[in-house]
Amino acid sequence: MSANKKAIWVFGDYRNYFQNRVTLQLLSRAKDLAKKIGGEVCAVVFGHWTDEWVDDALSHNPTFCGVVKEYIAHGADKVYLTDHPRLSAYSMETYALLMERLAKREKPEMILIGATAFGREFAPRVAKRLGTGLTADCIGLDINGEGLLVQMAPSFGGNLVAEIVTPERRPQMATVRPGIFQEIPHDSVRTGEVVRVPMPVDLPADRVRLVRVERCPQREQKLEDAKVVVCGGRGLGSRKKFAKLFELAELLGGEVGATRPVVYADWAGHEALVGQAGKQIRPQILFSFGISGAIQHTAACNNARFIVAVNKNPNAAMMKRADVAIVADASQLCATLIQELKKRIR
Amino acid sequence: MLKMVVCLKQVPMVSELPWDPRTGTLQRDLAEGMMNPACRSALEAALRLRAGEGGEITAITMGPPMAEEVLREAIALGADRGVLLTDRRMAGADTSVTSYTLARAIERACAGFDLVLCGFSTIDSETAQVGPQLAEELAVPGVAGIDGIELFGRTVRMRRLSDNFLETLEMDLPGLITVATGENALQHVPLGGLQAAFDGAKILTLSADDLGLDPEIIGVKGSATRIISVTSPTAAKKNLVLTGAPKRIVEQLFERFDDKIGGAIGRDLKTEKAK
Ligand SMILES: Cc1cc2nc3c(=O)[nH]c(=O)nc-3n(C[C@H](O)[C@H](O)[C@H](O)COP(=O)(O)OP(=O)(O)OC[C@H]3O[C@@H](n4cnc5c(N)ncnc54)[C@H](O)[C@@H]3O)c2cc1C
Ligand SMILES: Nc1ncnc2c1ncn2[C@@H]1O[C@H](COP(=O)(O)O)[C@@H](O)[C@H]1O
Repeated sequence: MSANKKAIWVFGDYRNYFQNRVTLQLLSRAKDLAKKIGGEVCAVVFGHWTDEWVDDALSHNPTFCGVVKEYIAHGADKVYLTDHPRLSAYSMETYALLMERLAKREKPEMILIGATAFGREFAPRVAKRLGTGLTADCIGLDINGEGLLVQMAPSFGGNLVAEIVTPERRPQMATVRPGIFQEIPHDSVRTGEVVRVPMPVDLPADRVRLVRVERCPQREQKLEDAKVVVCGGRGLGSRKKFAKLFELAELLGGEVGATRPVVYADWAGHEALVGQAGKQIRPQILFSFGISGAIQHTAACNNARFIVAVNKNPNAAMMKRADVAIVADASQLCATLIQELKKRIR
Repeated sequence: MLKMVVCLKQVPMVSELPWDPRTGTLQRDLAEGMMNPACRSALEAALRLRAGEGGEITAITMGPPMAEEVLREAIALGADRGVLLTDRRMAGADTSVTSYTLARAIERACAGFDLVLCGFSTIDSETAQVGPQLAEELAVPGVAGIDGIELFGRTVRMRRLSDNFLETLEMDLPGLITVATGENALQHVPLGGLQAAFDGAKILTLSADDLGLDPEIIGVKGSATRIISVTSPTAAKKNLVLTGAPKRIVEQLFERFDDKIGGAIGRDLKTEKAK
């Protein structure tokens, strides 16, 4: 065992593959971390490839065999694979047991799991069974001077970030928020080892039975996925002034978001609400007009890459978290910005 | 007769949390406590099940003595009794140790339970880990993030949206669920026992010794994870402040950031002059 390289495992969460590429993102980050500890990157895949799988309602997934190749092409040095008909749908207890047994046998140094709905339920069960620690929904991972995995976790809606380590117990485990790390490009000539792990014969039936599953029609996520969001708050002063934001958003090819008082005043519909009670956004640029920056609102804006805030109060919390803080009347500035953009966009 | 246990956590009321203007951090110790919203949804689910099936609801919380408030609130909403786990040595527990401690208390104070209900996650730590780990500790089946539940004899049928899949699941009691808040959350129920909450509310207080827990494996001592630092991402941010006439501000904005804005919208925003 000790002759083995330290291994960083990434759970192969392929169910929502096309929308959610967190497994590939984690493989990429694991590769960086592996360099620092002189380790290798392994993907762990449980599932089954059958013709039904392909014809089934869930068939928008890549074929199961495809997943193994895909993970190698995206950075895995090794893939542990258990392939069995019983694994054709995700099943919590079965997957947790398989992971527990494999980890007890192979003793990985770290296990990284995407913070999908499945991953966030699966990981704590595995951690409990392995008697180790787990940090939830990390937004950053690194290796410190002692070679420990530093797990950066948001709390209070991201207004605080805690750095957490698991000093003694192994493996070190974390779930990681999708969209944080950049996947490495597909490299079809890359090779890796596939280790087939047989299905245990003594596996008990899952006590939770899946009665029915349907893939939801892809929900419209315009605001959530928008590259540019123009968000307005009470400081805009009136519905008419708020309406100007739609013109600005249109020029920028973006979407309009709103704070709760704006939605309550019916200057914008509920679908525009950004915050704890509304939508999470992650635009490349966020324009924020007349918003104080209450934690219930900003919690949903933490993933914005660049923030331009307009407020007449330079000390508003929103101004503190902006990259550019503009001290001005919100609606006046909005109008000027529209004029200038019209000049520049031809 | 359903024997239900609802796990509640008291969390700081974030909207009221004062910020330290110098460091940009939250002054947690000054905060008022409230019942975590998802825990409230779990309690509401239990109340609805009891309205249909009959039964008994125990609210349980681990926290400082002040956490008794959420138990009283739960009793005011209709819970039958409360269990408060409070002990300095329990403080600083990570999710694994929290679930261990809660499990031992549930086994002690609510032996023979049918259903344990947790919130999906808390607004202060946001881990969503305690529920699934508690199911492991209690060795019962469990399902996280439920937004609909029905009971057929000893079988619960549950619905949830999980990674874009609408799932219908079943398990036999005893079991554990965690309840989500949000659009699909369970309906509100009317308040039941405001009076009861104050007139001789049944609250049992338990310490680590009462539960026979080894102090070495609970609280901060028993936790596998260590917090090495807590920072506020906002405090560190150095930003550019623009003031003056709107026209001048907008010009400056484009002078400095036309690439950035243009990049995001996929347009070239440079003026002829600048080129
Ligand atoms: C449980 C809970 C959940 C919540 N969920 C959400 C949520 O999901 N989303 C959400 O947004 N809120 C939510 N809130 C409400 C939140 O706490 C704030 O009250 C809200 O975000 C404030 O909105 P605002 O910034 O538009 O208004 P205000 O806080 O009133 O701020 C207005 C700002 O405009 C500035 N201003 C005024 N006049 C001008 C002017 N002429 N030009 C420029 N600036 C001007 C002011 O300086 C001020 O900073 C929630 C609250 C609770 C308790
Ligand atoms: N200290 C605690 N006391 C009682 N229940 C808790 C405690 N901490 C967490 N829980 C339960 O676990 C759920 C999820 O919490 P968390 O894992 O912290 O997001 C909460 O909604 C509660 O139902």
